Amino acid sequence: MTTAVLGQDTRPVGRGRPGVHSTLTRGSALGLGVAMIWFSLLVLIPLAAIVVTAGKDGWQGYVDTLKNPQTWAAIRLTVEQSFLVTVLNVVMGTLIAWVLVRDKFWGRGLLDVLIDIPFAMPTIVAGLVLLGLYGPNSPLGINVSNQKASVTLALAFVTLPFIVRTVQPVLAELDTDVEEAAASLGAGKLTILRRLVLPSLVPAIAAGAALSFARAISEYGSLVLLSGMLPYKTEVVSVRVLSFIEGGDQTSAAALATIMLFVALFVIVALDIIQRRVARRG
Amino acid sequence: MSKRIRFAALAVAATTIPAVLSGCAASGGSSSNSDSVSVVGFSVLKTANEPVIADFQKTDAGKGVKFTTSYGASGDQSRAVAGGLPADEVHLSLEPDVASLVSAGLVDPSWNQTPTKGILTDSEVVFLVRKGNPLGIKTWDDLAKPGVKIITPNPASSGSAKWNILAAWAHVSGQGGTDAQAKEFVTKILKNTIALPGSGSDALASFVAGNGDVLLAYENDSIAARAAGDAVDYILPDDTLLIQNPAALTKDASAPAADFLKFQLSTAGQTDYAKAGFRPVIQGINVQVPGANDPSNPFPAVKKQYTIDKTFGGWEKANSEFFDDKTGIITKIISGLNVGS
Amino acid sequence: MVELPTPAKWALRLIAVAYVFLLVGWPMITLVQNAFADGLASFQAAFSDPDVVHAMIVTIEISLWAVAINTVFGVGMALLLVRYEFPGKRALSALIDLPMSVSPVVIGLALLLVYNGRTGWFGPTLEAHGIQVIFNSPGMIMATCFVALPLVVREVVPVLTEIGDDQEQAATSLGANAFQTLRRITLPAIKWAVVYGVVLTLARSLGEFGALKIVSGNLTGQTQTAPLVVEQKYNNFAQGEAYAVSFILVLISVLCIVVVSLLRPKESSS
Repeated sequence: MTTAVLGQDTRPVGRGRPGVHSTLTRGSALGLGVAMIWFSLLVLIPLAAIVVTAGKDGWQGYVDTLKNPQTWAAIRLTVEQSFLVTVLNVVMGTLIAWVLVRDKFWGRGLLDVLIDIPFAMPTIVAGLVLLGLYGPNSPLGINVSNQKASVTLALAFVTLPFIVRTVQPVLAELDTDVEEAAASLGAGKLTILRRLVLPSLVPAIAAGAALSFARAISEYGSLVLLSGMLPYKTEVVSVRVLSFIEGGDQTSAAALATIMLFVALFVIVALDIIQRRVARRG
Repeated sequence: MSKRIRFAALAVAATTIPAVLSGCAASGGSSSNSDSVSVVGFSVLKTANEPVIADFQKTDAGKGVKFTTSYGASGDQSRAVAGGLPADEVHLSLEPDVASLVSAGLVDPSWNQTPTKGILTDSEVVFLVRKGNPLGIKTWDDLAKPGVKIITPNPASSGSAKWNILAAWAHVSGQGGTDAQAKEFVTKILKNTIALPGSGSDALASFVAGNGDVLLAYENDSIAARAAGDAVDYILPDDTLLIQNPAALTKDASAPAADFLKFQLSTAGQTDYAKAGFRPVIQGINVQVPGANDPSNPFPAVKKQYTIDKTFGGWEKANSEFFDDKTGIITKIISGLNVGS
Repeated sequence: MVELPTPAKWALRLIAVAYVFLLVGWPMITLVQNAFADGLASFQAAFSDPDVVHAMIVTIEISLWAVAINTVFGVGMALLLVRYEFPGKRALSALIDLPMSVSPVVIGLALLLVYNGRTGWFGPTLEAHGIQVIFNSPGMIMATCFVALPLVVREVVPVLTEIGDDQEQAATSLGANAFQTLRRITLPAIKWAVVYGVVLTLARSLGEFGALKIVSGNLTGQTQTAPLVVEQKYNNFAQGEAYAVSFILVLISVLCIVVVSLLRPKESSS
């Protein structure tokens, strides 16, 4: 049984296709095979069905879908807001993970417990509760209903757990000896943070950011009540897809869905490239 | 190390898959089972159907009949049945949702050749306002006044939302107005619209949470909301559109299903639906309806009643003319307009 | 370990707490208030309804299956992605995140297109062999796995990357075989990542609504899940019960985190 390969492939990145050679053993290849079968049955084939359905109108179908001003506005709004919320999450998520792992204070446990709630709360109830707190009858006087800010709020709510939970385990596993050593060599706190801690967290942050963006562009349930789904203002892509389906136009629905798949893929790949550039191997 | 994983994966797969497939099979009532009925209905029917089913099971025809039910948005339900959801009877919000099942070959084209033209329950498009009607809204023209904040569900994403918009159109076209005038009126209404939630229930939730001055709603929902204690009132305008909810049996429906439909159309069934706020489709129903403006006269006649058939020439025409994805009149108004600005 | 100066520490704490409070804490309090508005009446009404109880059971069953499948897949996939090289690895890694980006409506549509019993790609064949996927448990489990697919993988990969394989190599050079290395070195090292992944997956599975709405058929007392029952109760003017059921769902997920926190060895801060 082979041992793990030493670190990364040592051939220079960008020269040919790194990692083309396989280090799989028979056992791991079989494991990969089983995993791929499941992945295909679950994800690849159903998504292929969407792409095939979208293709029924050929390229013209995609072009028409994108040319529709209402749809285009929805795509812009969705991507823009998802991007904004992801940036927000990168900052806040890392900060919260830091506080949860590296700090001790009364109530930290409670904070930890709250993080996963956005996942478990059925979206209709999340929407109702957010509407009650940040809508016309807001006790704090903050009314964002039927405005763009409501989209940001709802998306921030549903994506909160991602970066926090991906960074937490890594932060907890970080070898603090290196930080001590750097400190004893005279490095300032900011330098240690910037050059040692953050780079080690980058893969986790990037992983969480990809998930956060992906989830944000697909969100529907918690947005519905608070945003009012106004065309050109607060109408997101999910609503357009639903409208196409309701109107019997499966092809346009699938076309729009396919477009969003590619948007997501693009962002995921981009984040992957960024994190490879920035991350330092321990 | 991966041998372990492979092992684990195969072991899990070997035990999981057969167990899941055979053990947890929760298939819906098979429609060939001769003493069960599976009903697929639109969402608000859940409460309405409970007494109807219970009363049916007390009759001779209904003794021992088991019911499987599924409730949800009308369009979703229609698509589910087209996708294989077992159903003996479908009771949906509007006719096109049944027509698509006819096209899918699941419902016989003669489904609406009945005395009630296939319709099982009725309602009206009404204005839902804050308790006491502070703005004094009485007519459709009141809604078009500047500054009135309207909520109505989005006709693109909700089939039953179409009733509301068509009612607004009918207010002009049904009284002799031209298409251009009707278009102008509906545009004014949509300009006053501050939210287009996905469904009637979402729209109600948004309204109850404090958004808007008036909600374009259905009479039965409004009655149920008042009965449930929401601080709202509803206005039945002098002229409005009749909402007609169709019900049809599927081609291979079980025998008790036909009995059930007969029961639903009988005095007993229609009385139960009336108590839930739906206007009966047969004569002679007299019942107290909690939540109605006047519980002892719950369904006053509408002075000028529009219907899809009379005012619009039928759903097929209305659907393609007004709501087609690309060329529909309403689709174009919404698309070309900054709704709520 | 770098210690921040006290004012900075307090600033961070304040920001974190304020943000989470406004975004999640306060909505949670509202949920609790609404659920307990009539004391326990809403809970009694909700849970004396056999449909609600059944829906909770269905939700928990489906979620546990999804967690189990996703954990095996997640850990296996993470190990494959980090410790091995093979053609298409980067592409696969990108594709794994993709399910999270798919709108629930599209997930339902996609699964329906392939597995529905009338016109699906595989559906009719499967049903002819007695395997009903759509409107039945397998489809529901698949839809739930779909929405939570990347969670365990993405928890474990960064940790595996961070800890490196030095220990594993050392173990092997000392004569440990693959099983032993896995059991004694790798798995313990990723334990907490897996645990967080499991908790997240469970929470996500409990709360899944949109895709299940389409794939389950929402059959009362059969395939209806708790979130679907919540919507139904709300649409039928039984708000109190809707909140009560939601509270229970959130409570289950909260209890998991609480258990995890209690099991975590107290970290010693320097």
